Amino acid sequence: MTASLVACPGCDLLQRLPALRPGDRATCARCAHVLARRPVNGLDRCLPLTVAAAILLVVANVTPLMDLSAVGRTASTTIIGGAIEMWSEGERATAVIVAFCAVIAPAAFITSMLTVLVAARRHRVPLWTGEVLRWMRYLHVWSLQEVMMLGILVALVKIAELARVDAGLGIFSIGALTILFPAIMVNFDSRAIWERLEWARESRPAGPPAGSGGAHA
Amino acid sequence: MGEGVAAGRAAGRVRGCARVTRPYQSAARLGLVACTACELVCRPVSTADPGFCARCGERLSVRRPRSLQIAAALVIAAAICYVPANMLPVLTTTTLGSAEPDTIIGGVMLLYNSGSWPLALIVLVASVMIPLGKIVALAYLLIAVRRGAIHGGHEQARLYHVVEFIGRWSMLDVFVDAYTVALVQLQPMMSVAPGPGILFFAAVVVLTMLAAEYFDPRLIWDAADGAEQRHVA
Repeated sequence: MTASLVACPGCDLLQRLPALRPGDRATCARCAHVLARRPVNGLDRCLPLTVAAAILLVVANVTPLMDLSAVGRTASTTIIGGAIEMWSEGERATAVIVAFCAVIAPAAFITSMLTVLVAARRHRVPLWTGEVLRWMRYLHVWSLQEVMMLGILVALVKIAELARVDAGLGIFSIGALTILFPAIMVNFDSRAIWERLEWARESRPAGPPAGSGGAHA
Repeated sequence: MGEGVAAGRAAGRVRGCARVTRPYQSAARLGLVACTACELVCRPVSTADPGFCARCGERLSVRRPRSLQIAAALVIAAAICYVPANMLPVLTTTTLGSAEPDTIIGGVMLLYNSGSWPLALIVLVASVMIPLGKIVALAYLLIAVRRGAIHGGHEQARLYHVVEFIGRWSMLDVFVDAYTVALVQLQPMMSVAPGPGILFFAAVVVLTMLAAEYFDPRLIWDAADGAEQRHVA
């Protein structure tokens, strides 16, 4: 019963989670924050979605986003191209922000997600999985691929005034990624992985130092 | 207060609703600390120095340490950057030797004049109104929590939620400008270079996102609980 005790991350209200059937989610009684979700076959669905996202992420990063042609001259760009051009034009800090939010954070997020999902399929979840899960929260906040997609579309319309613009394979891959990211998150049950991690830690013959001070309530 | 509202919301949104003991008790008041990484509820020896999570090893704290101070500093920095972000040009378009600098508003006007008013509206909302709204909303939340002037807490919590959810979209203009610059490099006929405003604009977005991250929403409910208790007493 202790595992079902939660304090809402949004308002710290102490509550007990009911037994959730597959497909259910529980929200905080006070602030409506989603406390837990139990997706149908969550982790099994997550893996193919994440593999698909990883493939699309590679495609999106290596193929041109769009080609521009005007009076016999052509130019094209890729996702990282936006950051590289900013860097070479002297706006280095902005270039780093664009590179991080458009390339590094989404790639690191998908890689971590893939690692966690593969690790979670093992009989005994490796203990380092917790470390990866902890970092994934921040990576998710700074993965701005959907904002980037809208930004590229606005740029495309702006430039279409001046020259002929052809959408490339990259932009369609980003479009698909924008749908895959929330689909992964809806099917991802981090609580289940934390519980399996706890089991893996407790069932280890020689218990590792389980943090100081804090004790299981 | 809000008993009917809260109960209604729980029943409406949840299939299998969380059981709560009334009156509402925060974990902190019972000497419990929830881990911010894995959400395990821990009972530390002392809430002043709760140590580390028993399950994942994350450093525990009852509330995010120095949440209001850091968030306030970030909001003030963002407010300062907001001025040059809107005054300085974000893009400079060079056409056959003549350079034309454009501010964010200039870019919106350009889109509007070229007939694509839906996009002009999107950029206007994402680049001008959302950053300003975020700064104002965060400043209000910080002051309200600091002064303990919160009744109920639902409106403030919803406001925080909106700020957190919508905040990322103000990065839109940074991406628009980055990809415009990356693509329009048809020297010597036409080229686009970034202006100094883009750095300040990106700074506003990053600083407000960090401020929303540092602001601990649980403080809203602590302030509301405190106000309620004062009212009863």
